[in-house]
Amino acid sequence: MYRYDEYDHALVQARVAQFRDQVARRLSGELSEEEFLPLRLQNGVYLQRHAYMLRVAIPYGTLSANQLRALARIAEEFDRGYGHFTTRQNIQFNWIALERVPDILQLLADQEMHAIQTSGNCVRNITTEAFAGVASDELIDPRPLAEILRQWSTVNPEFLFLPRKFKIAISSSEMDRAAIRAHDVGLYLYRGENGEMLLRVMVGGGLGRTPILNETIREALPWQHLLTYVEAVLRVYNRYGRRDNKYKARIKILVKALGVEAFAQEVEREWEQIRDGVAELTSEEYARVAHEFQAPDYERIDAIDPDFGAWLARNPAFSVWVQNNTRAHKMPGYSSVILSTKPGTSAPPGDVTAEQMRVVADLAEKYGFGEIRVAHEQNLVLPDIRKRDLYALWKALRAQNLATPNIGLLTDVISCPGGDYCSLASTRSLPVAKAIQQRFDNLDFLHDLGELSLNISGCVNACGHHHIGNIGILGVDKNGEEFFQITIGGAQGKESSIGKVIGPAFRAEEVPEAIDRLLSVYLSYREVEERFVDTVRRIGIAPFKEGVYQRETAKVEASA
Amino acid sequence: MNNTIGLINGVAHVLPEDPWCLVDDDQPLDSISSPIISFARWQSLREKGDLDQLSCGVLLGPDDDPETVAPGLDTLPLIALEFPSFRDGRAYTQANLLRTRYGYKGDLRATGDVLRDQLGLMRHCGFSSFAVREDKSVLEALKGLFGFDMIYARSVTNPEPLFRRRSAK
Ligand code: HEM
Ligand code: SF4
Repeated sequence: MYRYDEYDHALVQARVAQFRDQVARRLSGELSEEEFLPLRLQNGVYLQRHAYMLRVAIPYGTLSANQLRALARIAEEFDRGYGHFTTRQNIQFNWIALERVPDILQLLADQEMHAIQTSGNCVRNITTEAFAGVASDELIDPRPLAEILRQWSTVNPEFLFLPRKFKIAISSSEMDRAAIRAHDVGLYLYRGENGEMLLRVMVGGGLGRTPILNETIREALPWQHLLTYVEAVLRVYNRYGRRDNKYKARIKILVKALGVEAFAQEVEREWEQIRDGVAELTSEEYARVAHEFQAPDYERIDAIDPDFGAWLARNPAFSVWVQNNTRAHKMPGYSSVILSTKPGTSAPPGDVTAEQMRVVADLAEKYGFGEIRVAHEQNLVLPDIRKRDLYALWKALRAQNLATPNIGLLTDVISCPGGDYCSLASTRSLPVAKAIQQRFDNLDFLHDLGELSLNISGCVNACGHHHIGNIGILGVDKNGEEFFQITIGGAQGKESSIGKVIGPAFRAEEVPEAIDRLLSVYLSYREVEERFVDTVRRIGIAPFKEGVYQRETAKVEASA
Repeated sequence: MNNTIGLINGVAHVLPEDPWCLVDDDQPLDSISSPIISFARWQSLREKGDLDQLSCGVLLGPDDDPETVAPGLDTLPLIALEFPSFRDGRAYTQANLLRTRYGYKGDLRATGDVLRDQLGLMRHCGFSSFAVREDKSVLEALKGLFGFDMIYARSVTNPEPLFRRRSAK
């Protein structure tokens, strides 16, 4: 894991002192709310419906056991005993008093964490996938470059007042698990013919009210140019991005307006001016940072462990969990374990209690190398677990309600907090998530359905990424009443696509039934081993539309 | 201009008698010793050969391309950049380009919605004087240039990014 050096420490400490002073000036009235707003946003503080919310960055999704314990302490001492993990490797605390935020930031700084730029019109937390460094399908560990970008973008004075928020994700595996195509800048890291590290730079993605996947503006960029290239993109955006209309201010709108080629040319022209200067990365710097991400001391063990095999055979529940909630590791004899934060109706997706956090921290130390990851799907990951320890770990996780074997299945719902917390919400998304989890709680049925993502957003801002869920649910307000529009066929990853609306929206209580009908259509059409999304791609949305609305149509016809 | 802070040998001071003043396009120039005029006016005077190059400053709006003033930079004593709102960050890029790409050496002044909590960022991007918003205390604002000031990237005032300085250690 990356450890702060003196400079990193000094920076976060100085930043806490600065924000403490700003909060004091706000409380004394010296700063108006308007003047204070961007300052608090750039320190992660939002005003929600009932209270302030603090969003803490978990850069590239990596936490140490002690960092997770610090988060548990914050949940307990400053909030109501839990935190909410988001889709972009942040954690949010929902019930925070503004005057206590500086003390929380101090706790974070002491554990090498911060909330800098987790909100506001600036470069946000740099994200990557939860299995970085351990996935068996990984080409290159993306974390060193993610950390280098984190540092570069932190308090970068030219780019703190951009037209709109700016999200960057980097990934380097066969499967993209970081939703890089939905980002303002998506970076894909790979090797060239001679083994050199290269980047594909994709610009202009984003969901919100205008969902767009980003497009490639540069192939085969040598890694040394990472910072200058991103700088060129940001400079073009800062100069020419729209500022007259908040909904047209993301870089995706600029890219569309200029056309991706013209935009790319503009970036290249800017880049030519700065490419070979002092900002070009050095091998020394890469080596310095990469050193911090060295693999831990793995034991040399056999890929097959007889005890593990015996437990698999003896305990079907364990075996189902292993099949669903563990992932292949690059080291023989090891697995990565996914902890589901979606136990069903007992807790909203992404919510984790202080007690659970402490237990997970202990387990990470007992069975792993003291490291925890946060996944885009709002789940936690223990990246390095010996297969022989899986059974004991499973039992410990079960006791904490963190072993629901539903990773990648229908009930592994991604949902935004919606109207229960968020002041922008049109609808309450959490009760819909809960109703779906309640209706589809039969594990055998879920496993039979197979891989299926379901994403819910409480309004058009699309925080729940509904556009790229295989099934997407969007809450809309119609004359003061909550309705939910359903899309199908969305996907993240290398085959990203934006889902299509199947028809008129539903009332909250009708949603589970509509999902049920969608699933019946799928089950009647699917070919062997075909995933939901592939069936949609093969047969189109018409049969689904028919299946879902048939009864209504029948009714209309009968009365006509 | 009232309420102005300047960097003298890199150290921030309140400038009690700053001579510069922003002049509207329809206001005559003869009575004003150090006027800051709009870019359009500056350009047309320059074309006519009527510009007293040494005593006029120019104001660039956030849409103006700094490249267009590049030909006159050697003799320009002051360029003012405007922050229509402190949340509009275009002037940071303009300032950076004027300093690093076009080599401007004169005074670069922040005008408009100029507030204490952004002054440090402005200085990093190459601003050398700051006309603090008139309803704010300039002495309070001055503190904005003495607090938190650490960055990783390079800037006009830190020409080397931290990673170069780190490895030099
Ligand atoms: C009070 C809470 C929140 C507020 C006020 C809020 C607000 C917003 C807004 C206004 C946007 C749209 C930005 C745009 O299109 O320009 C957005 C996007 C987004 N939000 Fe949130 N959000 C909140 C909580 C969350 C949570 C809890 C998550 C994760 C579970 C999240 C994840 C995202 C993501 C991933 C996007 C990006 C979508 C895109 O690329 O356009 N947000 N948020
Ligand atoms: S999608 Fe809408 S309701 Fe949900 S968190 Fe985002 S802004 Fe709030």
